[in-house]
Amino acid sequence: MATLFGSAIRRREDPRLLTGSATYTDDIKLPRMVYSGFVRSPYAHARIKRIDISAARGAPGVVAVYTGADVKDRIAPVPCAWNPPDCDLKIPPHLVLADEKVRYVGDPVAMVVAESRAAVRDAMDLVDVDYGPLDASIDPERATDPNAAQIHDDIPLNIGFEWHVDGGDADAAFAAAEVTVSQRIVHPRLIPNAMEPRAAVASHNAATGQLTLWTTSQNPHIARFLCSVMLGVPEHHIRVIAPEVGGGFGSKIAVYGDEALVSFAAMELGRPVKWTEDRSENYKATTHGRDHVEYVEMCGTKDGKITGLRTKVYAGLGGYASTAAPGVPTILHGLVYCGAYGIPNVSGTVYGVYTNGTPVDAYRGAGRPEATFLIERLADLFASEIGADPVALRRQNLIPPFEDGHEVATGLVYDSGNYERALDKALGILDYDGFRAEQTKARADGRYLGVGVVTYIEMCGLGPSQVAGAVGFGGGLYDSAIVRVYPTGSVRVYIGAKPHGQGEETTFAQIVADEFGYPIESIEVIAGDTETTPQGWGTYGSRTTAVCGSAVKIAAQRVKDKAKKIAAHLLEASEDDIVWEDGAFAVRGSPGSAKPFGEVALMANVAWNLPEGMEPGLEATAFFDPSNFVYPFGTHLCTVEVNTATGEVKILRYIAVDDCGPHINPMIVEGQIHGGVIQGLGEGLLEMAAYDDEGQLLTGSMLDYVVPRASQM
Amino acid sequence: MKRSVTLAINGESHTVQVEPRTLLTQVLRDDLDLTGTHIGCDTSQCGACTVLIDGHAVKSCTVLAVQAEGAAITTIEGIGTAANLHPLQEAFWEHHGLQCGFCTPGMILTAIDLLGSNPDPSDREIRDGLEGNFCRCTGYQNIVASIDAAASTMRAGSGAGA
Repeated sequence: MATLFGSAIRRREDPRLLTGSATYTDDIKLPRMVYSGFVRSPYAHARIKRIDISAARGAPGVVAVYTGADVKDRIAPVPCAWNPPDCDLKIPPHLVLADEKVRYVGDPVAMVVAESRAAVRDAMDLVDVDYGPLDASIDPERATDPNAAQIHDDIPLNIGFEWHVDGGDADAAFAAAEVTVSQRIVHPRLIPNAMEPRAAVASHNAATGQLTLWTTSQNPHIARFLCSVMLGVPEHHIRVIAPEVGGGFGSKIAVYGDEALVSFAAMELGRPVKWTEDRSENYKATTHGRDHVEYVEMCGTKDGKITGLRTKVYAGLGGYASTAAPGVPTILHGLVYCGAYGIPNVSGTVYGVYTNGTPVDAYRGAGRPEATFLIERLADLFASEIGADPVALRRQNLIPPFEDGHEVATGLVYDSGNYERALDKALGILDYDGFRAEQTKARADGRYLGVGVVTYIEMCGLGPSQVAGAVGFGGGLYDSAIVRVYPTGSVRVYIGAKPHGQGEETTFAQIVADEFGYPIESIEVIAGDTETTPQGWGTYGSRTTAVCGSAVKIAAQRVKDKAKKIAAHLLEASEDDIVWEDGAFAVRGSPGSAKPFGEVALMANVAWNLPEGMEPGLEATAFFDPSNFVYPFGTHLCTVEVNTATGEVKILRYIAVDDCGPHINPMIVEGQIHGGVIQGLGEGLLEMAAYDDEGQLLTGSMLDYVVPRASQM
Repeated sequence: MKRSVTLAINGESHTVQVEPRTLLTQVLRDDLDLTGTHIGCDTSQCGACTVLIDGHAVKSCTVLAVQAEGAAITTIEGIGTAANLHPLQEAFWEHHGLQCGFCTPGMILTAIDLLGSNPDPSDREIRDGLEGNFCRCTGYQNIVASIDAAASTMRAGSGAGA
């Protein structure tokens, strides 16, 4: 039987998505359900002098209006769940509804609950808030100026943490260097723009105490954990369901006060409550990404050996510390400073800075793309400084091929790699020398062609739980699967992660189908419901396939091991004599004796005749905790033509060579790369969340923020 | 003050009571539970709410429900079923033209209109035709490939039928 691992089969999740019959959170409608909305601050920084909700409370259809005063003692502040060690992290109280002061445009001050969406919207306009505006701090570097507006009273200079990474002796390397290049880089603030805005629906049964929360989450188990903390409801009374989730890109990792408030209102009112953000609200209220101001420098020898890297980074946190925010510009950023070159001496200082912007958290790649960009920018400057070809400089510095681990100065141990081979493959696809000749010719004709090259590694497959604990992550980073075989032999796989576009309902079924020699139609992968899925940590950090997929494989193997024992018993043979062929167990040398997996499944479940002492049933649970991160790598090349009159950049070719290990489903892998490349091009050429000096979001709607379009790519 | 509106959706007539300010997209989703039409923005940029009105792709967030009276409206629920997919649905499936799926209904309905007026579009014409539909997952590459493949299938189908 041909294996499915490696096959570009069509996705199993697609029919429901193609026909409009998938259920996203906002599609959920419950009996007696009411709607809600958040009144959000129009000021980036202001004292709340007075909130008058009397008119709103009396408006038609209004069921309840809550302010900070109503909930302050009922809902704990929004937790920040990543506290990196040795950086003196200061986490200010992040109230679910601001009560004395607002700290970004979008900071919620009141919640309106009403019988219809329209009634909510009308009543929100009647909430009368008297603000005393304050100066705002927006730029993460300038916010550390002693004269800048102070956002939290007890956090001087708005510095939420100061984190260091050191490997080798960077200062000595720079002191001895023949060549030094430096640059100030502004890595802009970005808006993730998952196509589905956030939403939540909560329902509470006062008699059982059971709270059910449907929410747009990449990690429903973390949502349950943190909602329990905020609401004081025990975890076993909270069921979080992340139904169909329409993209996340990091913005649906964070657990938001909004979700706690919707749950609180459902408990208070004894009616289901729904909230769905609109896009303009999403731009203000859902986490952003990046937002670095960086001072970076690289040193080396005149003949092109890179010997050191130093950085000073001001990383904007926004008004509060979001769920994973402190870990992103530190652990996920500075630890990869050695890049694909194994730079021997690195030193970085990262200031996490509170600003009067929307909270910043993980966004596609989270910290690592910022590191790759600064390394590669410096590599180009370095090549230019010594008159070397940028490809030759990179080639000279790449870590040579290795199979069994390579430790770099920051302490990471890369798993395996052949970086030069990826570089050569990309260069071959482009015909780099041919392009350089074409470029020279074009230049003579007054046309400006260019080629950009990036070689990279990325720390993925987050990650070993011991490391998670050591770096202050407030949870584990293992993942889990239950493989359950029904009496008829069909299979359900319940996973702890929560794919939301990445296709693991298909790829994980491919793994199990191969293990059991089964048609994939007999296997279904279920994710997103904490009631049925084992404890897991969600889908982010390029971890789902590497970590949760391994749990699926192990659970399936456990099931198969048990099935083999049962088959041996039924065939009255020693287990050692049982072979697995063509989807069946058979006695070696006696193919006619075969017991198909499905038949064994029935016998396991009816338990009429099992080996002595064996428990009935055929299912297994596996928790997989990886021993290391995984380190995919590659080379990307992009050729462009620049119109020097208008500044327009036309992309001629984009070549991506990425080694992510064996592909379970090549079609899905390629699709992930396509999406990542276009988001990267958007980041490089089009996107930026822009604030004015008063903290007003100038790119406050999809009209203003440039999401890449098909016609632009 | 609500008023009565009768809408012809996917070949069925529905009469609903709506406030005059109610958008077509809200009636489809909230009153008629046709939740395959998605709302991805509030400024008519994203195209997730695209439906066909008298055969033309229209963002249903730009139309008041009362304006749609008398028109023939087709939503994603009306163009194919899991057992009998429209060639565009089939092509999106075959060519991995979707990831999270949120933009997909709008993409497909826009593509139906596009191929209706241009059965053999170039890559550039497909991309320009998707100007009003955003996707954040796929980078559009496989959406364009899907529409191109569906165009071939549909041309062959119409040729066979002629």
